[in-house]
Amino acid sequence: MTAKKNLVVIGNGMVGHKFLEQMIAKGANQNWNLITFCEEPRVAYDRVNLSGFFAGKTAADLSLVEPGLYQENGIQIYIGDRVVEINREDKTVLSANGVTVNYDKIVLATGSYPFVPPIKGKDVPGTFVYRTIEDLEAMSAYAKTCKTGVVIGGGLLGLEAANALKNLGLDTHVVEFAPRLMPVQIDDAGGSILRSKIEELGLGVHTSKSTTEIVSENDKIVKMLFADGSELPTDMIVFSAGIRPRDELAKQCGLAVGERGGIVINESCQTSDSNIYAIGECALYQNRIYGLVAPGYTMAGVVADILSEGTPSSFTGADMSTKLKLLGVDVASFGDNFGKTPGAKEIAIADTINGTYKKLVLSADGKLLLGGILVGDASAYGTLLQFVQNQITLPPYPEDLLLPPREGKPSTPAMGVENLPDTAQICSCNNVSKGQICNAIRENQLVDVPSVKKCTKAGTGCGGCVPLVTDLLKSEMKKAGIEVKNHLCEHFPHSRQELYHLLRVNRIKTFDELIQKLGKGTGCEICKPAVASMLASTWNEHVLETSHVKLQDTNDYFLANIQKDGTYSVVPRVPGGEITPEQLIVLGEVAKEFGLYTKITGGQRIDLFGARVDQLPLIWRRLVDAGFESGHAYGKALRTVKSCVGSTWCRFGVQDSTSLAIEIELRYRGLRSPHKLKSAVSGCTRECAEAQGKDFGIIATENGWNLYVCGNGGMKPQHAVLLAADIDKETLIKYLDRFLVFYIRTADRLERTATWFNKLEGGIEYLKQVIVEDSLGICAELEAQMEHLVKTYQCEWKATIESPEKMKRFRHFVNSDKPDPSLVYVEERGQKRPATEAEKSLVISQ
Amino acid sequence: MIQTLTVRENVTTWVDVCHLSDILPNTGVCALIEGEQVAIFRIEPGTDIYAIGNYDPFSKAYVLSRGIVGDRNGIPKVASPIYKQNFSLLTGQCLDDETVKVPTYKVRVVDDRVQVGMG
Ligand code: SRM
Ligand SMILES: Cc1cc2nc3c(=O)[nH]c(=O)nc-3n(C[C@H](O)[C@H](O)[C@H](O)COP(=O)(O)OP(=O)(O)OC[C@H]3O[C@@H](n4cnc5c(N)ncnc54)[C@H](O)[C@@H]3O)c2cc1C
Ligand code: SF4
Ligand code: FES
Repeated sequence: MTAKKNLVVIGNGMVGHKFLEQMIAKGANQNWNLITFCEEPRVAYDRVNLSGFFAGKTAADLSLVEPGLYQENGIQIYIGDRVVEINREDKTVLSANGVTVNYDKIVLATGSYPFVPPIKGKDVPGTFVYRTIEDLEAMSAYAKTCKTGVVIGGGLLGLEAANALKNLGLDTHVVEFAPRLMPVQIDDAGGSILRSKIEELGLGVHTSKSTTEIVSENDKIVKMLFADGSELPTDMIVFSAGIRPRDELAKQCGLAVGERGGIVINESCQTSDSNIYAIGECALYQNRIYGLVAPGYTMAGVVADILSEGTPSSFTGADMSTKLKLLGVDVASFGDNFGKTPGAKEIAIADTINGTYKKLVLSADGKLLLGGILVGDASAYGTLLQFVQNQITLPPYPEDLLLPPREGKPSTPAMGVENLPDTAQICSCNNVSKGQICNAIRENQLVDVPSVKKCTKAGTGCGGCVPLVTDLLKSEMKKAGIEVKNHLCEHFPHSRQELYHLLRVNRIKTFDELIQKLGKGTGCEICKPAVASMLASTWNEHVLETSHVKLQDTNDYFLANIQKDGTYSVVPRVPGGEITPEQLIVLGEVAKEFGLYTKITGGQRIDLFGARVDQLPLIWRRLVDAGFESGHAYGKALRTVKSCVGSTWCRFGVQDSTSLAIEIELRYRGLRSPHKLKSAVSGCTRECAEAQGKDFGIIATENGWNLYVCGNGGMKPQHAVLLAADIDKETLIKYLDRFLVFYIRTADRLERTATWFNKLEGGIEYLKQVIVEDSLGICAELEAQMEHLVKTYQCEWKATIESPEKMKRFRHFVNSDKPDPSLVYVEERGQKRPATEAEKSLVISQ
Repeated sequence: MIQTLTVRENVTTWVDVCHLSDILPNTGVCALIEGEQVAIFRIEPGTDIYAIGNYDPFSKAYVLSRGIVGDRNGIPKVASPIYKQNFSLLTGQCLDDETVKVPTYKVRVVDDRVQVGMG
């Protein structure tokens, strides 16, 4: 055996990591010593989803490196160390920390850096860029002292940075040099729709503006000046004016670089030195830098193929199609988006009411799709891209592809996944074809999307292709005659629905019995709470009965919602949102006495935050004495039934919506379900209580009530659907009883009514048959189960404070009465809030 | 995010913490021992007792004792109640992020009293 040669990979970003992963997958680490330098203080992470950091993702969540991968495959990684010199004569590289390594080959994957235009004042405190986790940490720390923030650059990354500033609570503005936003991806018409959508969100958009100076006073930014003489006051600035390849090493060792930067590569990704390759955003191919991750991954694959002496492959340019959600607005652009192909024709629909813009670019004969732009609704992106990439002949009226699905009709009768050729690229981020995905599913007998992702990498980038991957999986499983399995977790080989059924017919009342009879192991955080919920909605025993305690997530265990610092929130039930002055006073007094932060919630009630475990029972004793009950804000259970004032006060109200809301909330309070349940009752069609956005909503009519079901707000808002019209109250309650128990019995774990409904074959017609016409003959049983649950309701908090045994649990330490010493608070707007890490270290060091 | 491990090979003192019945089967409690917050779990069947640090490095809150216990492929573990990362009760190793580990402590039960070994 010949000695292993040294391959040094400079840069452990997305592409550098992808390259190492490919080398391992191809077994090339047998022939090469793989050594990599990683300038950042952590291994490769998902820069594409960097903004997720602000949505609570941790550095660990974003990491791309499967734990143990490098160690197990003998890859030597220098974290937090930068290569400063390549010596092509001695064939060595030298790092900032003084490490010298001999190389046989080098792969440069140094990425790019954010370009900061040479504006006067560009380096003052309060200016930032948006590229690394450290950038984001610095930005969010500084934003605390600011009210207004400006992003310079209205491209893809600029808008993402603007979203971040907005989420940090700043009054946010975007300044763009070009006359429209996202000038590279979309045209003027799309740009104006995007602009109005973004302005609707309360952001300032300033186009055709060239910044000339950033003005500071006492080390704080005050404003920026523009070439046209106007100015904009601001407290901080984020630059997002494009990227520049990091080619400093290439320059240092004398490799060819482009006129405007970028390491020149050929089709094999080789630089002007055949022993040195360059891939990703630092590489310049045919005078072009590719600022997206997918082309970088393709380059990584090419070099891995070459160095592993596998199938020869080459890089010949890449598709720059993109689909993104910016500030909650879908934007996609693909293929020849500006119609530059000679003879190209365009079809465009601009809907200024719903704020959508869709453009298709067609070939001269109108038969092929060349490209397009979508703003506001990009749901057709996956399908349209397939038309472009696979040159599929368009249907006779291509504009149909742009129309939204109409009520009662299925969405675009576009092409099912079955009709795609095997070569069709499904995941552009990772370049995975339909054929590869289907083979992986067949060969490894994959039965769920996470395993397909793991096995093929499809869907692990931007996530845009996951719906297509899911469809492929379903169609493959159907072909193989496998029923689509949805096991609860590794401990139970059953779906939630099956388990629920088994538990009821076998009259199983504890988790231990269930896992002994139907499962294996000791359970986990997935099956335990799910089973607790099933037990509760069947037998309705107190959730803190000794046999159930261990099943509960901490929220149910302490009957309160855990907060980021480990304290809890207290939400008493306020049925229908109606509350007396006396009750308000009690809440105020309790909050004062225990030093709690108070806030009116989005659910028409009041939340008291910052309660320590040991305070919870004391707080609740006071509340229960004043007539309050648990609001079940902590449970997968009925939350609130919101109401409007209705006919009692409102001049338009036609029924007493408040009374009905209270009655319904009291009837279903404490009801445990697969996911939370929310409801609302409006007194007339103006719908002030937003009943059509609820799991079940009721709207008054001249003749009675309309019942809507299966709506929700939240992550994916969906309107509820009319189940029955103009019914009286008794009928309404009967239908509700049936509907709720039917849902509880058949839904999957953590599946809200809307998601459940979307999977229900036969849709609303079927639901009407079951609930209204009793086509399954189960309605009497459903009503009886609800009757039992209503009768056995008890306030969990009242039962808890009455039991000394249960009360014993409410302490932080088992061997001391001290409260948790790690809690630190600061004051803001006259109330307390948890200290940030930075504030904590200050407080502690004092 | 590598946490330094408190190595306690040589236990010098056994600190009495609570009665076994103070810990409900398959749940955890937190004990304050020499200024440290220690999460102690009782796993049945078999009355196995495990102790790890109560500090959750992901949420930076002292909460691990309040997680749901169970197993992953037979390894006893607890899921943090805040962001749900799992930690092995045997080694303190985070099962969802190789670079994170929390300290473990020696525990024993003598005459139904739970004791934690400190050194
Ligand atoms: C307190 C409150 C925000 C506020 O300050 O106003 C709130 C706070 C939380 N919401 Fe909410 N939601 C609150 C009203 C809402 C509303 C508005 C409404 O109910 O009318 C919605 C949209 C409507 C809907 O759900 O359809 C809402 C949609 C969500 C979602 C997304 C659900 C979805 O299906 O997409 C989650 C996440 C989840 O449940 O998985 C969530 C989860 C949460 C959690 C439980 C997150 C968590 O695990 O820590 C928050 C903890 C509450 C606490 O500690 O007390 N919250 N949340 C509101 C409490 C209402 C109440 O009195 O009970
Ligand atoms: C906020 C944001 C959102 C994005 N969204 C998308 C998107 O939706 N879709 C998309 O396709 N792309 C997106 N991108 C672009 C995508 O992240 C990049 O295309 C991709 O990261 C490029 O990978 P890379 O490995 O070439 O560079 P990087 O990921 O930047 O990695 C280069 C690494 O090399 C290190 N390095 C540089 N010089 C040295 C040296 N001398 N020694 C050691 N290490 C060195 C750097 O510190 C860095 O860690 C986004 C980027 C950002 C910042
Ligand atoms: S929904 Fe009707 S009754 Fe209720 S407040 Fe609005 S207008 Fe009045
Ligand atoms: S297309 Fe981005 S993950 Fe598949």
